[in-house]
Amino acid sequence: MDAIILQILNGLDKGSAYALIALGLTLIFGTLGVVNFAHGALFMIGAFCAVTLQKILSASYTVIDPSQTDFLGRPLEVSKPYLEAWLGPDLGGGIIEWSVPLAILFAIPVMLILGYVMERGLIKHFYRRPHADQILVTFGLAIVLQEVIKHFFGANPIPTPAPPAFAGSLDFGVWLGFDPNAIIYPYWRTVYFLFSLVIIGAVFSFLQFTTFGMVVRAGMADRETVGLLGINIDRRFTIMFGIAAAVAGIAGVMYTPINSPNYHMGMDFLVLSFVVVVVGGMGSLPGAVLAGFLLGIVESFASMNEVKNILPGIDQIIIYLIAIAILLTRPRGLMGRKGVMEE
Amino acid sequence: MSKLHFTRRRLIGTGAMAGAGLAMPTIFTGASWAQSQGGFTNAPTGGTVTLGFNVPQTGPYADEGKDELLAQQLAVEHLNGQGDGGCLNTFSSKALKGNGILGKKVQFVTGDTQTKSDAARAAAKSMIEKDGAVMINGGSSSGVAVAVQGLCQEAGIIFMAGLTHSNDTTGKDKKANGFRHFFNAYMSGAALAPVLANTYGKDRRAYHLTADYTWGWTQQESMVKATEAVGWETVNTVLTPLAATDFSSYIAPVLNSGADVLVLNHYGGNMVNSLTNAVQFGLLDKQVNGKDFAIVVPLYSELMANGAGENIKGVLGSMNWNWQLQDEGTKAFVKSFGEKYGRPPSNSAQTCYAQVLLYADAVERAGTFNPCGVGEALEGFEFDGLGNGKTLYRADDHQCFKDVLVVRGNQNPTNPYDTLEIVEVTPVEQVTYAPDHPMFAGGELGQCNPGA
Amino acid sequence: MFGLEKKDAALLLIVAVVTLCAPILLNPFPAGSEMAQFNAGYPDLMQRFAIYGIFAIGFNILFGLTGYLSFGHAAFLGVGSYSAVWMFKLLSMNIIPGIILSVIVAGLFSLVIGFISLRRSGIYFSILTLAFAQMSYNLAYSVLTPITNGETGLQLSLNDPRVLDAARTTGSLPVTTLFGAEMRSATSVQFGVWEWQFSTGFYVSAVLMLLALYLAIRIFRSPFGIMLRAVKSNQNRMSYTGLNVRPYTLAAFVISGMYAGLAGGLLAAMDPLAGAERMQWTASGEVVIMTILGGAGTLLGPIIGAGFIKYFENIFSKINDNVLHDWFAFLPDGLNDFVVTVIAPFFGDGWNLTMGLMFMAVVIFLPGGLVDGARRIGRLFRRKPAGAKRPDAATKPAE
Repeated sequence: MDAIILQILNGLDKGSAYALIALGLTLIFGTLGVVNFAHGALFMIGAFCAVTLQKILSASYTVIDPSQTDFLGRPLEVSKPYLEAWLGPDLGGGIIEWSVPLAILFAIPVMLILGYVMERGLIKHFYRRPHADQILVTFGLAIVLQEVIKHFFGANPIPTPAPPAFAGSLDFGVWLGFDPNAIIYPYWRTVYFLFSLVIIGAVFSFLQFTTFGMVVRAGMADRETVGLLGINIDRRFTIMFGIAAAVAGIAGVMYTPINSPNYHMGMDFLVLSFVVVVVGGMGSLPGAVLAGFLLGIVESFASMNEVKNILPGIDQIIIYLIAIAILLTRPRGLMGRKGVMEE
Repeated sequence: MSKLHFTRRRLIGTGAMAGAGLAMPTIFTGASWAQSQGGFTNAPTGGTVTLGFNVPQTGPYADEGKDELLAQQLAVEHLNGQGDGGCLNTFSSKALKGNGILGKKVQFVTGDTQTKSDAARAAAKSMIEKDGAVMINGGSSSGVAVAVQGLCQEAGIIFMAGLTHSNDTTGKDKKANGFRHFFNAYMSGAALAPVLANTYGKDRRAYHLTADYTWGWTQQESMVKATEAVGWETVNTVLTPLAATDFSSYIAPVLNSGADVLVLNHYGGNMVNSLTNAVQFGLLDKQVNGKDFAIVVPLYSELMANGAGENIKGVLGSMNWNWQLQDEGTKAFVKSFGEKYGRPPSNSAQTCYAQVLLYADAVERAGTFNPCGVGEALEGFEFDGLGNGKTLYRADDHQCFKDVLVVRGNQNPTNPYDTLEIVEVTPVEQVTYAPDHPMFAGGELGQCNPGA
Repeated sequence: MFGLEKKDAALLLIVAVVTLCAPILLNPFPAGSEMAQFNAGYPDLMQRFAIYGIFAIGFNILFGLTGYLSFGHAAFLGVGSYSAVWMFKLLSMNIIPGIILSVIVAGLFSLVIGFISLRRSGIYFSILTLAFAQMSYNLAYSVLTPITNGETGLQLSLNDPRVLDAARTTGSLPVTTLFGAEMRSATSVQFGVWEWQFSTGFYVSAVLMLLALYLAIRIFRSPFGIMLRAVKSNQNRMSYTGLNVRPYTLAAFVISGMYAGLAGGLLAAMDPLAGAERMQWTASGEVVIMTILGGAGTLLGPIIGAGFIKYFENIFSKINDNVLHDWFAFLPDGLNDFVVTVIAPFFGDGWNLTMGLMFMAVVIFLPGGLVDGARRIGRLFRRKPAGAKRPDAATKPAE
């Protein structure tokens, strides 16, 4: 029983990353009708916003410490962050430790601008082009973005720890009446899950309860009619692209403590997020969220030893099996609309 | 005006053209044709000899590949008498004079393995067929090493493996033309187990997470055997997909399994992520069976240690070499590398550097570039002064036998380069095994192939 | 000629001549010169040009004609390679049985996957093929290791049975042959300053590529091909006329799967090793890129695209910093360093970046691929009004 609860927790956590990426992806598709293969790269750029901020905050000057030597036997150059020098080790060091949550503030404008530039500079010219061309040009863009990041940050993963306040794990089991240590879950992953709920809720309420969102939804349903009403829908869609990029970006920022970011993490998530979107139904926001959590949970269950002993290797293919099963039984995914992306 | 050169088959048919020998030799041609070329593939003509450095330049191991490449370039410099000579001064064999190899200036070409066996073979073929490379060196995975080793055997080229840790490279997939300086999974297990028993006690229960591919399996097998030999119990062994990025669902059940040690048979990105995830779950703060929970990473590399950051603190593992060693060879190499590139070399860089020098030295001693001569010179060769202490290139399987380092994530690193500290230098006797050890059984070296 | 229209026959003839002279044409720079590093005329790369050409031609039969974008074609190539290597291990080093088996197995495999995947269209089809291919890759890398030898790749060994071949006494591995002609044997010819390598393996691949192209032309021009194009332009209308399109698309899928199997078998025949990476989704993406880069729906485009990508992967990636320093050695030291620093990210280990940029440029500015670009340039020189000639259906860019 405790093992099952544990895997549900794991699944919710994995699922929240899937859902956040898929949400942006399906948002772009639903509004602009563009299949964005660079969406994984946006997630990755978001993660590197956290890396960049961490580097900026810990910008250092060096002092020579003659009492120690470096690897060549020269006096050791010890680097001291400016922040610690200016604000004292407690406050300065504290700010550096909190660089990941702070990076959200940094990432939102960066991603909004990046999304805006991407849409105006590139995607805009592809609305009338076939979906295959959209896939290809964004795929090319994804390669370029990740190679640029590789050039500046290298191929090795870069550790970006969570604030020390979130180190360690929470003992859920005790609350539920299990033995201590039966169900423990890391604080930061719990934070990630709650965070994703907040973001998903925010996006939905934005679309549901604001005039802007109402117009966007109307545009998603019938772009032409909204246009005929004299509303500049393109402009709003551009902003939605920026928002989708920002959602992917902050999902990336918050993911960095879970796994050290590296330049190809976007590609790792790309296939998966597409599977999620398609399983949920292209263009369906609730579908993307539902499918994200569903696949996360199923994947976690498949990696249980009890399951693997019966079906070796099932955890390698379960996501794809589910995708195939759902697409064959529900042609447009869980919540897809008819006629979308079938031509 | 044209001169034609034929393969043996056609040569026998046409008979007469035997003497013509001005063209560059191509590989994979008949033996009688090539006699005039020196009797082996890519025999160097003129005043230069070309070495092929096949390292990952794209993909997740690109940084490791870059480090290897820097070390290989340094080795070429030293061979050509530039720079400070590095380990040429400390190497026990004095055949190398800093005037190239056999008086020929050393050049090199590079290829990108992409850490895929297919791409690595294509890159190696390109260097052999197009650039006339006479030796291939480098790489950062066992799949690639085995694939390229097979190619070099067929082509009649010497393969000096880079970072490859699977038992198979010098076990069931060993080849007469292939040589490995790096240590292997068996040695990791043999070196680690006694230290683990000393540190954590003899009645531990281990849980293994293992990358689901060939290297992972040999690593797991070696660790299970070695730890059980010191009295540990193996609670469970779980295979994880190579493509996995989030290991939470594999790590979550560990605490409940009754295990008190987690062994991560992972490498590269897998290792960084699984270790990070394990620390996140707070495993290191827990107590199980009344003992402090421990994590072991059997194969460490500096780059991966950097990627895992703080999480490696106190975690034990093994390495082929570390720049903090204090012998003369290490000091000479670290000095050359550090002065040139501004940081200490990684252990994959060191193995590539040593391999290039060992090859050059073997050529000098054999007096020929012929792979069979070079192989003979390397087989059973005992040397010192390259950083690993006294080392033997065993003739039976072309594996180097030398001391193995047990290292631990440094609790208080003072600079970015001492994230790992050496716990013990395990003497070579303890990691030596018989050539017909069951973990290495099933292959034969075959005969050396000079190609051509 | 061969039942082809005059224009197609001319095209085939030109391709044949160019292919057969490839060892000469691809080595335009004298051996030993600075520029020799740009030569592509060595056996392994030329074989890859031809083999990936076959792969892309086959992919184009599906994608170019029907518009179905499969993201899982690499799986068929991988399956083909594995079957061929197993044939070399069990039966004989002659490549014929290996290649025949690889085509058959890939055909059966694509029949199964196509039968399921073609129940859906558009991106749903793409995801289904992708899912199947990724499953094959993941399993081949791990659980199926007894069959595929996982990470290392399936290779020959000295104690394979090889029932048709006589027992061998030597300690070296046998080589793949075509009735005695070794695939790896090459004849090197020195002509003045040039040096050319004529290899058996390349000519075997080249002849098969020409056959594959010939067959593709026949398919493009046949009623079957026209039917496939009708599927692409409006599948609904086809269905309303009472036609069941699935048998046609399935046939196209299986044919292109068999092409991929042939390519996979040939890869193994040239170099008897089959790695699981051949089936990864990025490998499937590569053939998509090849086809689009060259020009989807055109006859020649896929071959050109394949050559382009493989050239980049094998030649461009070898231009390391040292080579760059050599190139700009004529500049003063400081300037030399500066120039190399600026351009280095695009060369050597940055080949992916340059490829990505060029690929984007082609998709943005040349929707019809390189073939379209060449045609535009040609038109510019001929100064014919663009609308003068009715555009040929077969050479229309993919929609």
